[in-house]
Amino acid sequence: MPDLKHRRLLSAREYIGVEKIDGPLIFVSKTHPVGYRELIECVDKNGHIRMGIVLESSTNRVVVQVFEGTAGLTLPSTRIRFSGKPLTISVSKEMLGRVFNGLGNPIDGGPAPRSDLDLDVNGMAINPTARQYPRDFIQTGISVIDGMNTLIRGQKLPIFSGNGLPHNELAAQIARQAKIRGSETEFAVVFAAMGVKHDVAQFFVRSFEESGVLSNVALFLSLASDPSIERLITPRTALTLAEHLAFNEDMHVLVIMTDMTNYCESLREISTIRGEIPSRKGYPGYLYSDLAELYERSGMIKGRKGSITSLPILTMPNDDISHPVPDLSGYITEGQIVFEREMDGRGIYPPVAGLPSLSRLMKDGIGEGMTREDHPHLASQLFAAYSYVKDVRNLASVIGEEELTPLDHTYLDFGKAFEQQFVSQRKDEERSIEQTLDIGWKVLSMLPADELHRITEEEIEKFYGK
Amino acid sequence: MSDRIIGQVRRVNGPVIEVMGITDAEMFELVRVGEQRLIGELIKLESGGAVIQVYEDTTGIAPYDPVYGAGMQLSVELGPGMIGTIYDGIQRPLEAIREMSDIYINRGITIPSLNREKKWHFVPAVKTGDRVSEGSVLGAVQETENFKHKILVPPKDAGILESVVPEGDYTVEDVIAVLQTENGQSKNLTLMHRWPIRVQRPTARRLPLDTPLITGQRVIDTLFPVARGGTVAIPGGFGTGKTMTQQAVAKWCDADIIVYIGCGERGNEITDVLAEFPALIDPRSGRSLMERTILIANTSNMPVSAREASIYTGITMAEYFRDQGYHVAVMADSTSRWAEALRELSGRMEEMPAEEGFPAYLPTKVAEFYERAGSMEALNGQTGSVTIIGAVSPPGGDFSEPVTQHTKRFIRCFWALDRHLANARHYPAISWLDSYSEYLNDIAVWWEQQVGAAWLDDRTEIMDLLQREVRLQQVVKLVGPDALPDTQRFIIEVCTLFKNAFLQQNAYDKIDMFSVVPKQARMLHIIVEYWKRGRDVIKAGATLVELRKMKVYQDIIKMKFSVPNDDLSDLDKIEARLGRSMDQLEALHA
Ligand SMILES: Nc1ncnc2c1ncn2[C@@H]1O[C@H](COP(=O)(O)OP(=O)(O)OP(=O)(O)O)[C@@H](O)[C@H]1O
Ligand SMILES: [Mg+2]
Repeated sequence: MPDLKHRRLLSAREYIGVEKIDGPLIFVSKTHPVGYRELIECVDKNGHIRMGIVLESSTNRVVVQVFEGTAGLTLPSTRIRFSGKPLTISVSKEMLGRVFNGLGNPIDGGPAPRSDLDLDVNGMAINPTARQYPRDFIQTGISVIDGMNTLIRGQKLPIFSGNGLPHNELAAQIARQAKIRGSETEFAVVFAAMGVKHDVAQFFVRSFEESGVLSNVALFLSLASDPSIERLITPRTALTLAEHLAFNEDMHVLVIMTDMTNYCESLREISTIRGEIPSRKGYPGYLYSDLAELYERSGMIKGRKGSITSLPILTMPNDDISHPVPDLSGYITEGQIVFEREMDGRGIYPPVAGLPSLSRLMKDGIGEGMTREDHPHLASQLFAAYSYVKDVRNLASVIGEEELTPLDHTYLDFGKAFEQQFVSQRKDEERSIEQTLDIGWKVLSMLPADELHRITEEEIEKFYGK
Repeated sequence: MSDRIIGQVRRVNGPVIEVMGITDAEMFELVRVGEQRLIGELIKLESGGAVIQVYEDTTGIAPYDPVYGAGMQLSVELGPGMIGTIYDGIQRPLEAIREMSDIYINRGITIPSLNREKKWHFVPAVKTGDRVSEGSVLGAVQETENFKHKILVPPKDAGILESVVPEGDYTVEDVIAVLQTENGQSKNLTLMHRWPIRVQRPTARRLPLDTPLITGQRVIDTLFPVARGGTVAIPGGFGTGKTMTQQAVAKWCDADIIVYIGCGERGNEITDVLAEFPALIDPRSGRSLMERTILIANTSNMPVSAREASIYTGITMAEYFRDQGYHVAVMADSTSRWAEALRELSGRMEEMPAEEGFPAYLPTKVAEFYERAGSMEALNGQTGSVTIIGAVSPPGGDFSEPVTQHTKRFIRCFWALDRHLANARHYPAISWLDSYSEYLNDIAVWWEQQVGAAWLDDRTEIMDLLQREVRLQQVVKLVGPDALPDTQRFIIEVCTLFKNAFLQQNAYDKIDMFSVVPKQARMLHIIVEYWKRGRDVIKAGATLVELRKMKVYQDIIKMKFSVPNDDLSDLDKIEARLGRSMDQLEALHA
C-alpha cells in the first residue's frame, strides 16, 4: 500500500495514452493511486501542456477535467502527469496592475510576478468565529444604493441584471466612486471575467485607466473565446489573490466577477457530461454549495485590517429572477441590486428596481454616527411609499387614472419624482450621502405628513418639507 | 481513538468514499480516513465493501488510503460546558478550533466537544446504595448563574449505586458515581455521557400540547401561535425574513434553552448572533441571552456532509436538556440546505432519485426529524419539551416544491413568508392568508386564563375582517375604491390599520422588538374596538374622513412604539380616549 511519500515519487510518472475523452473530461485507467482534486498536466502530441484537476479517483480509473479544453487531443498520444498536490497559484502584491488568464498566468506580455507564496485556489472555509461582522458604510455616490440598498465594506452584493442592461457601467461607477468617508486606506480591485466578450473586458480596463487606478487592479480574464471550462477556475484564482491582499497585505479589496451565469453554465456542462442527476433546469444539485464556496470568501476577519467586498454580476436568463442562478445567488449573498428592463426603457439610469433590491447589511451601517440619524426611517418609508405607488399603478391600469382618489394621484406624482430625481442620475454623478438623503426628503414631502407612518414626529419636524 | 483499520479507499467522489476490504465495521460507525484522519461516518455496508460520508474536504484522498474505525457511532458529548458554545455540524467547538488553526478550519482536527480540564461544582442528589434507573437525576452543576445542569444516568443504564462522590469540583471525565447494573457489572458514571445523534432519546410518554411558546412577535403569538413541543415551518424565498424571524424568536421566546442550527447558511449571520446575543439581556432572567443559547454552525461553504449531520447534532442536544425538565426551542436554518445535502450525497452514491433529484426517502427523513419534537414526560418523571422551528428555502420561492410539500405534512404550524410583503418592507412578512396554526384551540385556554375571554373573540373578529378585505380588494381592483360604500371601505381601513399598527413589528426598535402577552391582547382589543364602534357610527351617518381625523387614530398607529412592555397604563388612556372620541362622533350624528 503506497504511503504519501511513495505517492509523491510516483507523481513523476507519466501515463501515455488515455481511455476516453468526453468534452473537457479525460478518463485514465491503470494509474497509481491518485488523490482527489489533484492537479494534473496533460501534454498533447505537440508537447503543449494543459492543466486540469482530478474530479474522481478510484482503483481502476481516474476522471480529470482539463481547463484549456480537449480540442486536438487523441487517445493514444495524450500524456498525463499527476502532481500529487492541489491546484495552487503564486500570489503577491506585484500582481496588481497586471492581466492574467483564468489560471493565473500572465497574458499581458510581462514576466511572471515574483512571489514566494503558493495558495490552494479552492481556499478553505473561514471559521465563523474568526469573522468580523461588517459595519462600515461605503459611499458609492449612487442614491438608490447609498440611500436604500447601502453597500457595506466586506459585503457580497450581486447585481442581478439582464442582457443589454448597464450593469458594467454601474459596476465601473461603483469601483470608481466607492469610498469610506474620512479614511484613507490602501485599496485594490480584483476583476474576474468569465465568458464575457473582449469589449466588456476592454470597457473595464478603460474605465480603470481613466480614473487612474489601473495600477491597483488585477484582471483575470477568461473570455468568451477561451475554453468554457477555464471559467470554473477563474473566480477561484481571483479570490485567492483577493484573500491574500486582504488578509495578508491589509488591503481593502473590491472583487468584481462577471458573468456568474456563464460560470454556472460551465458547471452545468461538466455535470451533464458526467451524467449527474440534475436538479432544476439541468443545473447540478450542488450549484448552491459551489456558489457558496465562492461568495462566502468575502468578508472581514477579526484582527486583520483588510476586507473583501464583492460585486458579482449575473445576467438573469429571460429576466427571470426565479431562474436557478439568480435564485441560488440570492440565497447566499447579502442582498441584491436588481435591474428592471422597463425602467431602462424609460431612460432611467441606474435602472434599479426599488422593491426586489435589498441590502441585508445596511441596518448596522446606517443611522446616527454612520450616515445620518434619519436614514433608517427615511429608507423604510421610501420603500413603503414606492410599494404603494406600484399598487396604484396597477389599479390605474385597470380602472383608469381618472377613477383614482386624489390621494392616489398624489402617490403617482411621488412615484414619478422618486424615479426621476432620486433614482436617476448621471453615470459620472457622485452624490454625497447628505445629498442623497435630502433628495429623498424632497420627494417624500410630496406626500401628506400623516401618510408617513414609519417616520417619527421629530423627524417630520426636522426634515419634512425642508 | 482506536487504530483499528477497517478497510481501504476504493473510490473518492467528493465527500462520498467507497471502501474495500471491509472486515468488521458497524453501520453508522465513526471512521477516519487517510493519513490526515478525516472524520467520516459509515453509511452503507455491503459484502466486503462500505460507503462512508466524510465530514471534511477530501482533497488529496487516494485509493488504497487506510480507513480507521472508532468502534462507536457518530455521537455527541452531553454534559456541562455546552451552554454558550458554538459548534460545527459534528460538535467540534469552533472557538477551540480557531486557537489551533487560525482563521480557516484546517482538516483532520480532533478536539473534544466538552472541555476536559475545566472543573464543575457538582452537588449530588443521590447517595451510595440508592437504586437509580435510566434518566435518574444524580445531581446538578450550576452551569451559569441561571442554568442548573442536571446530571442524568444515561438512558439504558440502571441499577444500584456502589459509590457516589461528595459535593466538589470535577471534570467531565472524573468518575462521580459507580453503578452496579442489573447484570452485576460495575459502570463508571461521569458528568458527561455520549449519545448517537441519529437515535431519538427515549422518554416515558408524550404529553398533550397546551401551553404556547410565547415569542413576543405579535403576528405569531396572536394569529399563528405555536405550542411548546410543537413543530413549525417557515418557508419563504430569499430575503423574505426566515433568518430574522428565527433570530427574533431565539431572542425573545420563553424557552429555557435555545439550540440555533445554522445549517448551510451564511457565515456572517452566525457572526452576527455571536456579536449580538451576549450583549442582549433575556427579559425573564435578566442575564445575557448567550447564557441559554447553543449555536451549531455549519455554514454554506463548510463540508456538505457535516451539514447533513448538523440537524441531528442539534436535536440530540435539545432532547438531552428536555430530559432534564427544560423547555427547549430548536431553530433550524435552513432545513432545505439539509435536504439538499441529502440529495447531493444520494446522487454521489448513485441512488435512484425521486422528485427533483431528491432521494425517495426524503419524506421519511423529514418526518423522523419533526417527530423528535414534543412535550414529554422524561424517564425520570420530569416534563420538558422540544419545539422545532424549521426554515424552508424553496427554489424560486415556489411552495409546491418537494421539501416544502413534505415538510407541510409533518408540521402543524406554518408561517408562510410573502414576497410581496417583504418587498413592501412589511416585516415580519408572515402572510395572514397563507399561514396557519393547528395549535390555536389547544392553547386558547391558556390565553383565556392569562388575559381573559375576549382574546379569542377579538382574534376571530380580526381574522374575519382580513378575509373580507381580500374580497373587497378584488372589487376595488375592478371598479375602484369609490364604488364601495363607506361601511365596506371602513373594513379596508381597519385592516390597513391592523397591518401597520399591529402586524408590522420592527425588529430593530427597542420597544417594538418584542411585545408581552398583555400588551398584544390589549392592542388587539383596541383595534377591534375601533372597528366595532366605527362601524356603528358610520351606520349612524359619520364619514370615513371624520373617523380618520380623530386624534386617537395617530395614538393607535404609534402605540406599539410608545407603550413600554413594563408599563401598559398608556393603553388604558388610549382606550379611554377612543371611547370618548367615538361618543362624540355618535352624539354629532344622533
Ligand atoms: N422582522 C424584520 N424587521 C426588520 N427587517 C427585517 C425583518 N425581517 C426581514 N427583514 C429584512 O429583510 C432582510 C432579509 O431577511 P432574512 O435574512 O431573515 O431573510 P431570509 O428569508 O433568511 O433569506 P435567505 O433565505 O436568503 O437566508 C434582512 O436583512 C432585513 O433587512
Ligand atoms: Mg436566511
